[in-house]
Amino acid sequence: MLEISGLTKRYATGDLALTDVSLTVPDGQVMALIGPSGAGKSTLIRCVNRLVEPTAGRVVLNGDDITALGPAALRRARRRMGMIFQEYALVERLSVMENVLSGRLGYVGFWTSWFRRFPQKDVTEAFRLLERVGLDHMVDKRADALSGGQRQRVGIVRALMQNPELLLVDEPTASLDPKTSRQIMRLIVELCAERGLAAIINIHDVALAQSFAQRIVGLQGGRIVYDGPADGLTPSVLTTIYGEEDWSKTIAAVEDDAETELAG
Amino acid sequence: MPVASTSSGQKAWMRRTTSGDLAVWAAWLAGVAIVVASFEIISQATIWAFVWDAPTQGADLIGRMFPPRWSYLDQLWKPMWDTINMATLGTGLAILLGVPVAFLAAHNTTPSALLVRPIAIFVIVASRSINSLIWALLLVVVFGPGTLAGILSIALRSIGFIGKLLYEAIEEIDRTQVEAVTATGAGRAQVLAWGIVPQIMPAFAGIAVFRWDINIREATVLGLVGAGGIGMQLQASINVLAWPQVTVIFALILVTVVVSEWLSARVRHAVI
Repeated sequence: MLEISGLTKRYATGDLALTDVSLTVPDGQVMALIGPSGAGKSTLIRCVNRLVEPTAGRVVLNGDDITALGPAALRRARRRMGMIFQEYALVERLSVMENVLSGRLGYVGFWTSWFRRFPQKDVTEAFRLLERVGLDHMVDKRADALSGGQRQRVGIVRALMQNPELLLVDEPTASLDPKTSRQIMRLIVELCAERGLAAIINIHDVALAQSFAQRIVGLQGGRIVYDGPADGLTPSVLTTIYGEEDWSKTIAAVEDDAETELAG
Repeated sequence: MPVASTSSGQKAWMRRTTSGDLAVWAAWLAGVAIVVASFEIISQATIWAFVWDAPTQGADLIGRMFPPRWSYLDQLWKPMWDTINMATLGTGLAILLGVPVAFLAAHNTTPSALLVRPIAIFVIVASRSINSLIWALLLVVVFGPGTLAGILSIALRSIGFIGKLLYEAIEEIDRTQVEAVTATGAGRAQVLAWGIVPQIMPAFAGIAVFRWDINIREATVLGLVGAGGIGMQLQASINVLAWPQVTVIFALILVTVVVSEWLSARVRHAVI
């Protein structure tokens, strides 16, 4: 369970990215974080694993206060939080296997990782997960030789290799075509269900968020303005989050998509 | 005010305003005036009789240089081998010292931007500001004539070159890849080895081979001040006016440089 309380982030430039955000994500819940660009979505998930240092507030993961940890303890805590990125953020010049095994970096020593002598159980797990996402034939390919959808699947496997208790997912589909986006979202949701993982997914696409997440949190100007079930996103709620616009098409589109999903 | 309206009410557009045009013309005029004045000064400081004589003198020198004394090659293999070794060992030493300096100098990897980075930058600037020939002049005094002085002067000059180009490459890496490795819980050294090193490898290989290629050429000159290698033979031959030997040395240097250039192009192509 992830508990965020009173989280505030003010950047050195003086911009207030988050104001007093409190949020609890129970185990196994997939939560979508929506909101306009600049609302603080990326900052929020980066404050959870402290890639961005929060200015105030607390982040507690399964009873451990992440915000209070020193450097070494923080590194150990980061192992418990898998992160998936918008532009995949694979190390482009390393192979698929190396990228996947980099998820174990927090568990092995420097020289073990430098000479790529990972424990056999890590390698076995890597093969198993690559097979699970259908990439077992790509093991020795360099990451920059893969398509967008394949890269994102490698990114997902890397995060899972950490054996995480929580997934932080930053715009996983922003660089993908609509079909691949749905496949990636479905994969993330399935994997979370298999492992009972909690996930926070930043996402721009309201329709995708509605069809894949159980709970939606709307962020506007660094504050939470909506927190509720996916079907509670009415036009008036969307107007609060994003501003005035004709939302009937967006919401209608979701229902259409849901039907085609079922038919397919 | 490039946009104005004409008498017929349409909007007109010009590249510059009238005063802007005048300023540009004035700048061109000043440039031409400076060139003419400079030529006048140079002309007064030149002994033109020597210049008019130059083609005859040049033809005479070339006449003395031919035919080359090819048998002299037998005495050149050893100094040429020394020259190549000087360049290679000097480059190797510069890589050993320059790579850490680059990491200390790059904004995103330096341990302290206030204290360590200025020192690293100073090392780079100091090394770059002194030509390897001048380093050799100093080091021949310290270590005595020979290849050791040559190796060290090449290394000292190359640290700055490698350090500067590499730290620029480090600063240009994709930050999200580093962020991703950090997010796995990796330690500082692991983030460096997994997130940064793979990204700068092509740049590093290109820089190292390019510098080696430059150092081959620089090493051929260092002998002129006593730092060993083929330059010593060149100076000895010029001192006794043995021009046919000088031709042979030039030919050998040319061949070596062409080969080193070809090799470095191959390596760069292979790594990228």
